[in-house]
Amino acid sequence: MAQDNNNRYYIILVALGIILGIYTFKLFSLQVLNKSYKRQANENAIREITIHPARGFIYDRNDSLLVYNDAAYDLMVVPKELRKFDTLELCRVLGLEIEDVRKKIEKAAKYSGSVPSLFKQQISKEDYGYLQEKMSEFPGFFVQSRTLRSYPQPIAAHILGYVSEVDEQDVENDSYYRMGDYIGKSGIEKAYEPILRGVKGKRKVLVDVHNREMGSFDNGAEDIVAVPGTSIWSTLDMQLQRYGEELMAGKRGAIVAIEPKTGEILCLISSPNYDPNLLVGTARPKNYGKLVMDPEKPLFNRALQAAYPPGSTFKLANGLIALQDHIISPSTIYSCSGGGYHIGSHVVHCHNCGGLNIYSAIQRSCNTFFCRAYYNILSNRTKYKNIDEAYTAWLDYMSSMGFLQQFNTDLPYELKGRIPTAEYFDKKYNNSWNGNTVVSMGIGQGEAAVTPLQMANMLAVIANKGYYIRPHIVKAIGKKDSLNTQFNEKVYSKIEPRHFETVLQGMKMVVTGGTGRGAAIPGIEVAGKTGTAQNPHGRDHSVFALIAPANDPQIVIFCLVENGGFGATVACPIASLMAEYYLNRKVERTDLERRMKELNIK
Amino acid sequence: MPKLDPYNKMSKGFDVRLICYYLALVVIGWITIYSTCHIPDGSTPIFDFGQPYSKQMLWIGTSIVLAIVILLIDSGIIQHYAYFFYLFCLLLMILVIFIGAEINGAKSWIKIGGFSLQPTEFMKVATALAMAKFMQEGKTANQRRYVWVAQVALITIPILVALLQHDAGSALVFFSFIILFYREGLSAEFLVFGIIAAVLGYMTLKLNETYSIALITVVFIIFMIFNRNQKKKIRRNIIVYLASIVFVFSVYFLYEHGLEPHQKQRIDTIFGKTSDPLGADFNLNQSKIAIGSGGFFGKGYLHGTQTKLNFVPEQSTDFIFCAIGEEWGFFGTLVVFGLYGALVFRILKLSEKQRNPFVRYYGYGIAGIFAIHFFINIGMTIGLLPIIGIPLPFISYGGSSLWAFTMMLFCFIKLNDN
Repeated sequence: MAQDNNNRYYIILVALGIILGIYTFKLFSLQVLNKSYKRQANENAIREITIHPARGFIYDRNDSLLVYNDAAYDLMVVPKELRKFDTLELCRVLGLEIEDVRKKIEKAAKYSGSVPSLFKQQISKEDYGYLQEKMSEFPGFFVQSRTLRSYPQPIAAHILGYVSEVDEQDVENDSYYRMGDYIGKSGIEKAYEPILRGVKGKRKVLVDVHNREMGSFDNGAEDIVAVPGTSIWSTLDMQLQRYGEELMAGKRGAIVAIEPKTGEILCLISSPNYDPNLLVGTARPKNYGKLVMDPEKPLFNRALQAAYPPGSTFKLANGLIALQDHIISPSTIYSCSGGGYHIGSHVVHCHNCGGLNIYSAIQRSCNTFFCRAYYNILSNRTKYKNIDEAYTAWLDYMSSMGFLQQFNTDLPYELKGRIPTAEYFDKKYNNSWNGNTVVSMGIGQGEAAVTPLQMANMLAVIANKGYYIRPHIVKAIGKKDSLNTQFNEKVYSKIEPRHFETVLQGMKMVVTGGTGRGAAIPGIEVAGKTGTAQNPHGRDHSVFALIAPANDPQIVIFCLVENGGFGATVACPIASLMAEYYLNRKVERTDLERRMKELNIK
Repeated sequence: MPKLDPYNKMSKGFDVRLICYYLALVVIGWITIYSTCHIPDGSTPIFDFGQPYSKQMLWIGTSIVLAIVILLIDSGIIQHYAYFFYLFCLLLMILVIFIGAEINGAKSWIKIGGFSLQPTEFMKVATALAMAKFMQEGKTANQRRYVWVAQVALITIPILVALLQHDAGSALVFFSFIILFYREGLSAEFLVFGIIAAVLGYMTLKLNETYSIALITVVFIIFMIFNRNQKKKIRRNIIVYLASIVFVFSVYFLYEHGLEPHQKQRIDTIFGKTSDPLGADFNLNQSKIAIGSGGFFGKGYLHGTQTKLNFVPEQSTDFIFCAIGEEWGFFGTLVVFGLYGALVFRILKLSEKQRNPFVRYYGYGIAGIFAIHFFINIGMTIGLLPIIGIPLPFISYGGSSLWAFTMMLFCFIKLNDN
């Protein structure tokens, strides 16, 4: 029988061999010829995880922390891994209703069974501690930590700026960002974004079919370590900033203080302001909406973005130009009588100061003197052919002191200010205008509108006797002693240094025996200038410009309080108190301090 | 009476090649099972009896003991107790239907303590032995006319019981005896019918019954024209034609009404009727990704991602070939194919040389069983066949199957040596 069926043995061998051959070919095509499975396998099992580095801290000039990172904890849920758990306990800990828990889980499950979903954002540290210990009783839940900006003191919100999730525009502009990343949206956070944010890292991990992490891919060979953000030292003096904000409470306005030798902004206050902690984390959208809708406009940075008529403080600049253009000398005397400066039937009112030189004119803030000086600058036909040329030359002087421009340093959204051009007046007055037509600008009223920052910068020019360093807000990057050298070049004005002595002398007299006597600080020689900016919408703005100490200026302060009335009544004491606080680190005039803090002008 | 007589029998020498193939496959199985349990970045201790690879070590150890015992006992025992063994396994299989534990939809396991026993695995070797014994005995002319009924019954009974257990895979295995029957004189016509049935079944499932009927009719008409003068052949043609139509409708009916939805889905997937890579086809799709991503030389041992991260289901049992394909690539495929090919061809060759027909019957029986396991198991992982859960002999994790296949092979080695 064995021999009979011998050919069947071979038929069986061949049949099995053919099937084996088909299988071999099929596997060859699957494994060697087809390349798409490799890609699909990687898509399956390798997940790239982005590591967000901690953002750099922001310190003030004295090493006090202005901004740091706080750990936040989000409770996440993976619906597929959920088992029976004590719902009541979870509700108790998180302060949720049972119905909420069910809804949240349903929503998460709808999104994905195996991908973690946010269950509750930013649970408190206490709840986190509690849950962390009992996590095993809540299978399917886990806590994910992330960092949030935090501010030890509720100050300087406008300058520090805020951080929020990137929008589509950000992603489009910079390929570094992916949706869900955070970006500095304003202030220092925005200006120093690339330094503060650090560099994202990435980690390739293996995930299993349930999307669980199962270790690193290829022992981390392709991983990129995240570089933490670099810390920044601001030029701000946190104490001064806080003190200024306290003084400005209940008032609208702005204070800008600069260290003239360096151009470093010591404080930059815009009131009303807001607590930067409001714009962090879950509460941000709600609070932001509230702030946007607030009729007081707390988000508006008056120090940089509001253009005010500078009032009499502008006389300082015009005095300097008149001296430079030889319109007047320190001994030139103009007389003030008849109720002010007369232009036809129109009168710019003054107090019949009598004959005075520039020192007294600054001391008493004489309108007549500065109107005449301004008119004479613009009518100087020995130097300038016509009004256009004279006016343009004046604008040129102004911009050499920092007006009509943005400093373009590291400050957010500066306004250029508005001082019209000669063409504007040509058009407006049909080519028939002269110094008297625009004379109100000589005393800081009329068409001129400048920002508090620009005024403070002008004070720095006076304090430095001829130059300024572009005002900036960041002192050092990375290390405290690594000075930020981006902004250290001196910008010279077109005014000779000797003229500043004259103006500064006048400003000293303002404090010793003029309109700004309230600015006097015991033991410190102060130079100042009051201003009252006319406000067509209501009460005049109170303005004060201060330089202290007068002989070795360490701080210049420009203070403007909206609707504060005369410069001497509100802005002057506030600026003075700030200078005292900055220079002495304490304030002796506590009565005045209390009065100013409690003063409410709204 | 059979008796132990080790020294005498050992001296003749067992077939070393088969033993080598066996050991190679078992070792490949173990290292692959270890790899499927290996977690990247984590330590995977060799001995951890919660882990399949450690249990498999135990199964391998006991299997080797079992193999030695089989080699030591008198081969007469094997023959003598063949029917008894068959009945015993059949009883256990029936018992399982009532007291068995359900795993993956099939009720084919008996739980004893912490271990599960699958009687069906042992039924395969028992059937091979019983079939061989039956075919060797009583072949008088008178008996011959009815003996095929008994032969068919020997395999039909376990098929029915396996189907009652919802274990379609095992039921399918018993069809492999057709190789034995063919070798021993089964008319080639049966195989031709088998091939016709396969073609019709394929067409019916791939396209639909109308196409099959149309094809049959066309072929029928052609045959009728050629055989128009031969009455006998015309009658045969008509019978075959009607039988084919009945077959096509039974396939259609079975497919539409006899199958459970998931089985139907699996068949649809194979024939490309539906595509649902995240749903019903997930397993097959992931299995193909795992094997396909291996390339020529594979990702390297312990570096497979798809299998150890559980994208592939049942990766240490039915889908273990995925792990081999992924980590060892086409090279690994060739090695495994080579070993199985060598094993089956060696068994066939030795059987053919045997003067003792019992050994030849048994050899063909188990060669068929090994071959069908191999083709079905690997065929399903690469999408040539629908997903049918049967183990890859010697490689898949599992005590019952390893013991049963060891018994199967070593009985042959022992019998062949006599």
